[in-house]
Amino acid sequence: MPRLLCVILALVCGLLAAPARSAPADAGEALALIASGRFPDIEKGVDLLARSGNTHAQAIIEALRDGRLAVAADRRVLIQQDGGRWSDAATGDALAEAPAAPKTVRINNRIRRAVEAALGALTLMAPDAEARRQAAEAVFRSRDAAALSALDEAIAREEVPYIKRLMGEARAAILLGDAGASDLQKLEAIDILAARADQDALALLRAATQGSPVVSAAAEAAVASVEQRLALLSMLQNVWYGLSLGSVLLLAAIGLAITFGVMGIINMAHGEMVMIGAYTTFVIQEFVRSHAPGLFDWTLPVAIPMAFLVAALVGAANERGIIRHLYGRPLETLLATWGVSLILQQAVRSIFGPTNREVGAPSYMAGSFDLGGLAITYGRLWIVLFSLAVFAALMVALKATSFGLRIRAVTQNRRMAASMGIRTPWVDTMAFALGSGIAGMAGVALSQIDNVSPNLGQSYIVDSFMVVVFGGVGNLWGTLVSALTLGIANKFLEPFAGAVLGKILLLVFLILFIQKRPRGLFALKGRAVEA
Amino acid sequence: MRNRFQKILATLATTAAIALPAVSASAQDVIKVRILHSLSGTMAISETTLKDVMLMLIEEQNKKGGLLGKKLEAVVVDPASNWPLFAEKARELLTKDKVAATFGCWTSVSRKSVLPVFEELNGILFYPVQYEGEESSRNIFYTGAAPNQQAIPAVDYLMENEGVERWVLEGTDYVYPRTTNKILEAYLKSKGVKDEDISINYTPFGHSDWQTRVAEIKKFGSAGKKTAVVSTINGDANVPFYKELANQGIKATDIPVIAFSVGEEELAGIDTKPLVGHLAAWNYFQSVDTPENKDFIAKWKAFTKNDKRVTNDPMEAHVIGFNMWVKAVEKAGTTDPDKVIDALIGVSVPNLSGGYSTMMPNHHITKPVLIGEIQEDGQFSIVSQTPGLVVGDEWSDYLEGSKDLIADWRAPLSCGNFNVKTGKCGGQGPVAQ
Repeated sequence: MPRLLCVILALVCGLLAAPARSAPADAGEALALIASGRFPDIEKGVDLLARSGNTHAQAIIEALRDGRLAVAADRRVLIQQDGGRWSDAATGDALAEAPAAPKTVRINNRIRRAVEAALGALTLMAPDAEARRQAAEAVFRSRDAAALSALDEAIAREEVPYIKRLMGEARAAILLGDAGASDLQKLEAIDILAARADQDALALLRAATQGSPVVSAAAEAAVASVEQRLALLSMLQNVWYGLSLGSVLLLAAIGLAITFGVMGIINMAHGEMVMIGAYTTFVIQEFVRSHAPGLFDWTLPVAIPMAFLVAALVGAANERGIIRHLYGRPLETLLATWGVSLILQQAVRSIFGPTNREVGAPSYMAGSFDLGGLAITYGRLWIVLFSLAVFAALMVALKATSFGLRIRAVTQNRRMAASMGIRTPWVDTMAFALGSGIAGMAGVALSQIDNVSPNLGQSYIVDSFMVVVFGGVGNLWGTLVSALTLGIANKFLEPFAGAVLGKILLLVFLILFIQKRPRGLFALKGRAVEA
Repeated sequence: MRNRFQKILATLATTAAIALPAVSASAQDVIKVRILHSLSGTMAISETTLKDVMLMLIEEQNKKGGLLGKKLEAVVVDPASNWPLFAEKARELLTKDKVAATFGCWTSVSRKSVLPVFEELNGILFYPVQYEGEESSRNIFYTGAAPNQQAIPAVDYLMENEGVERWVLEGTDYVYPRTTNKILEAYLKSKGVKDEDISINYTPFGHSDWQTRVAEIKKFGSAGKKTAVVSTINGDANVPFYKELANQGIKATDIPVIAFSVGEEELAGIDTKPLVGHLAAWNYFQSVDTPENKDFIAKWKAFTKNDKRVTNDPMEAHVIGFNMWVKAVEKAGTTDPDKVIDALIGVSVPNLSGGYSTMMPNHHITKPVLIGEIQEDGQFSIVSQTPGLVVGDEWSDYLEGSKDLIADWRAPLSCGNFNVKTGKCGGQGPVAQ
């Protein structure tokens, strides 16, 4: 059916395009179809327009894509230009006055696909390299046989090697699916796609295994080689996913490693410190959005220290006001901090409302890049780097500053430290504030991948305790190793066992492990253990 | 200090002394309407809005002169997203407060936990959320969509308009997605979709690391056939899911995602630019272009004093349910539950998409089904609308054990699970996993 349509369209366009390369008349029929407002007709109109060779075709289709195309009361199709001015789509002439109540032409996914394919064919020879790259990819996806001649011309002209390669792949994709192509052309196409070796190529090659004996044999061999490569890649992909999950766990748990691990306080309100950090990010973004939208990319670097400060203050208040009075009574601490967590959640709910808040991603956090076939998202990459940086900074703070020395002294022997003149209550407060502040910084990172809602912290509190206990209470290196181990183990289990069962298996493993080694991976040795 | 404290106590005591008799005196002239929605805990994110919309409707009705000459009084209860607490609060208010009708619940488990209480104490509950079906109670009126009013038309749309041949049914692991996916799987197979072209997967509540799943969807989608994702992912897990889709570059033109639990409210927390073209199926969208809807949105924004508040499908369900209840009480001339329950069947009120919704004998309502595509501004562009209204089908026709069942609460049948094969009331639906 689509093939028949193509043939008919090609015929129609052939008739139309020849006499009227520059005259706007041939756009009339296409524009009438577009103005009809019915999705199938609009789709036809786009196709027709793309093949018409009309000088305004690209502008019209781009306007349609961006929602700037409208139909006036007199059925004329108009384009809204920058600054709200209008022009006639057929002639490109600017209108003297704004039309009365133009109706924007709405599009759906099918039209979006048609638009992509049409623009792909139209922009193959655009002066901008990025536009050509997108065009080549669009043609690869649409595999529109009508684009073949334009593609050949574009390949001959192209000078940037990787765009030329992309265009070659698009050409191969078209030829492989084209019944009219010779076996020789198809074999060549199979070679090109086998070299591309990704999911898309695999899909095309699989479809080609039904061809003539020569072609199908070649395609099967290519499928096997691509599958092998993809299996290897998926292993690497799992490791990367595991690392990134592990770094999220590390971020959430590392603050807890100080308050619980080093100080021994069971702080159920730890997750809420993470939430407070995320909301701090939201507040800063809102402020920047309304006052200086141009600085949006800077919101996260600003949010990190701010979140640290806010969460540290709340943490310090928590320690001074409640936890201080409960030292040595773990059960009461647990209940009291759990109460604090509920209070903080409801307070945030009252102030910001119960619904999710939108925290935007700065430009450097959005999208992904390709690393030898691995799709690595920028957001995750930054979070991995950020969590490692936080870990390193914390290690330095504990090992190389006098403040860190005091914390370690108090942890190892509180009474001795006190008699050496260290103000232990003050050290407790500062250490607790440090742990909370780090949780706040984690909130900045988590705001990029999770909901910013009052419940944000809850989902991380159990995981955080799990990481700290598995890693060995009181040992920061243990927390690092445990977070990454749990992350990677989780990601290797997930494809086989599913997310639900995977998590259960992991918990069972943890229970068994703790039975064997109650002190976790890296147990502290010496006096501190008995104290 | 002590002095002031005593003063406050004294004032409080006097106020109470004055207020108490006043309350009992006015209790005769008010009709109590109870709102049972979680205002704290995990579900507060969705349910708080419904409480607000009910308060608005009640206030409006009172401005019109109340009901049967009496004022309506809202009793707001917070069951705190705690399922047993739902049942406890329901019992407390039905016995102590003598409420005339209850509007509430969101999750199926909360509805299931209050159901026996409402049946025992003969209350009336309006349930406004799309759900998995396989239930019909004499005391519950289901104003949200049954699977045939949301899931099945959605799948039909994708088959016809997008030519989808391969399906990923992605859900959160609880009763609604599991039952809906079971129905969908049976439906797809009845349409000739092969086993290997359906992939069903569940993730836990609040799942936030979607990297693996999204990569697998991408892989599943590259088998050469057009693939779509049918998502019954629950509220909180949606934001990270869509963020991951955007990050891994899955566009709606490649693999469209159609969701049954993502509305305007959920999208408010996401940057929707990369999501343009992904779909949702509901019975109402804020972008519905009718005078009734414009009027409702204006009232809602004025009531909440917030220009950015959005409206969504369960809100419309409450509007319909409340208007139906008002009409039925007027028809019956009393708030007596038995009379109102009987009067409700056949009541017709305007919905916000320009038609009339009617309460059917199976306690489900008629609704149009709309399919919308996500736009850059977080609203939906309606790309398809059923020409007529669809009657809610409580017992799915696609499941063994439930396809022979019907519900009809009119006398003389008066049964929620009548088996047409055996001719007996009391058939069993399939037990949800």
